[in-house]
Amino acid sequence: MARWSQFWEQFRRNHGAVVGLCIVLMVIGMAVTAPIIYPEDPGEMIAPPFLWPFEDWMFPLGSDSLGRDIAAQIFHGARVSLLVGTAATSAAVSIGVSVGLAAGYFRGRVDDVLMRMTEVIQTIPPFVLSIIMVAVFRPSLRTIIVAICVVSWPSIARLVRAEALTLREREFVQAGVVMGMSNLRLVLTQILPNALTPVVIAASLMMATSILLEAGLSFLGLGDPNVVSWGMIIGAGRDSVRDAWYISAIPGCAIFITVLGLNLVGEGLNDALNPRLRRR
Amino acid sequence: MAAAARMIGDRAQKSRKRWMTTDNFFLKVLPARILRSILIIAAIAALNFGIVHLAPGDVADVLAGESGAASPEFIEDLRVRFGLDKPLWQQFLIYMGQIAQFDLGYSFRFSRPVIDLVLERLPATLMLMIPTLFLAFVVGTSLGVAAARRAGRWSDAVVSITALFFYAMPIFWIGVMMIVLFSVKLRWLPTGGMITIGADYAGLDHILDIARHMVMPVVALSLFHTAFYARLMRASMLEIFTQDFVVTARAKGLSENRIVYKHVLRNALLPVVTVLGLHIANLLGGAVLVETVFSWPGLGRLAFESVLSRDLNLLLGILLCSSVLVIVTNLTIDAAYQFLDPRIGAR
Repeated sequence: MARWSQFWEQFRRNHGAVVGLCIVLMVIGMAVTAPIIYPEDPGEMIAPPFLWPFEDWMFPLGSDSLGRDIAAQIFHGARVSLLVGTAATSAAVSIGVSVGLAAGYFRGRVDDVLMRMTEVIQTIPPFVLSIIMVAVFRPSLRTIIVAICVVSWPSIARLVRAEALTLREREFVQAGVVMGMSNLRLVLTQILPNALTPVVIAASLMMATSILLEAGLSFLGLGDPNVVSWGMIIGAGRDSVRDAWYISAIPGCAIFITVLGLNLVGEGLNDALNPRLRRR
Repeated sequence: MAAAARMIGDRAQKSRKRWMTTDNFFLKVLPARILRSILIIAAIAALNFGIVHLAPGDVADVLAGESGAASPEFIEDLRVRFGLDKPLWQQFLIYMGQIAQFDLGYSFRFSRPVIDLVLERLPATLMLMIPTLFLAFVVGTSLGVAAARRAGRWSDAVVSITALFFYAMPIFWIGVMMIVLFSVKLRWLPTGGMITIGADYAGLDHILDIARHMVMPVVALSLFHTAFYARLMRASMLEIFTQDFVVTARAKGLSENRIVYKHVLRNALLPVVTVLGLHIANLLGGAVLVETVFSWPGLGRLAFESVLSRDLNLLLGILLCSSVLVIVTNLTIDAAYQFLDPRIGAR
């Protein structure tokens, strides 16, 4: 408990981080309340088309070229962005941590093979690889999440590997070896907990990147056709951008604010968890 | 006199050492790197093979695209080319053999070999990427230096917050909004394309025309990276400022400008240049979005077109070629790095 309040004390000192946390909580709130506030399908055409924001208070953010309520689309889009962001990030973190621990702890051959793999994936332009994976395996939330995970895990793996390489030389790990701990136990109880700090920070930033990747994919028309996502609305709004630019502008602001919030939280975590580097 | 001679001798020795390490780079490090790069490309080709075979449906159908535009003869041709009746390991060898001969297959949508299409579109993408890298690096690092020198003051806050903002904006959205502002509302710049169609400019006018079309794509593509380099450079500068040799330099009574530009800046640049190499791959991904938004006739736009027509063979060719481009750019940056910091060659 004391550790948590100490952490919060540190986190709170960074005002940007607190703002970021509020933003993230707000977006989570939108995602949770979307089915309550807008129970009907956000793809339904319920308003007159090309309604500007604030023109009709029934539809505070206006409507698009087909008369779909933009506010409803933004609320439902928050669900997709957060779902893809969390799912892709947790998958990438699990794979990255396992690979990184294995490479850094066992070194030698295992390390060589695993690091060559990360090198290959990091050479390929990540966005192009995810485009191909989504296009080949048909666009759906699952393929998008898998594609983002595939391009994201190598950076976590490299981070964890570097931590594991230095940690395994430390006295407390050596002591564990002398005590006859098994490899698995050493890795899970001694190395992993001490390597987690940079992973937590990287994960919060990766979530922001995943949301941007998903937005880019659905902007190109590779989003899940069954759900509304922010990138998709921008892509659809492009056709009428001359007269009704708000259709593309509003979801872009939603992406911007969400990603900004996550980046601020990531920085706050960095400050709070690495007190040594705080005064930068 | 003796001291001067010794100095000249020292300098000669130093420059010889410098050349030795540079030789070391070109004779030992570079060939090893090239060999490794070839292995990476082979691995990517193998990944392509894997993707094609994991895809749902028959391989020939997948490669021919889903638009049903491919003729039965074309499908049959594909079966023969890829040896689809042979065991998987033989198919794999056939495929890798073709890649080794720079044969990336045939795009059914454009009815042309993939390699020709890629080479034709490559210059346009390079025309975006090189100015983007240059702009992002120069503007980003200068802003980072300026912010670090004024750390804690309001001008630092302005740079840091602006960078944070651009770091969070989707680049395709910046592109669309720039079109709204600069093309539709202000009518300053063309909405897209590379040249004004039907204008038939020649000479200088032609170059200026292309330049006008380049402004928005380059700016849209570089904003994210500019923001990133500004933030990285600022943090890197502030870290170097705390090191002992800077304290020594201050104690020697060197001027602040000399400390900043001679001692801190050079060291602070190293992480930025390292990241520059890592960012090439990201930049190519961003090019797909920016070229799509601005109808820029490059590789990225080609990738988008092949997504639209589900031309998988072309997409895989673009994937492989853009990876090669990433590797070549990185090798070039490393070679250039030699002259900036000869210590690297010794590694």
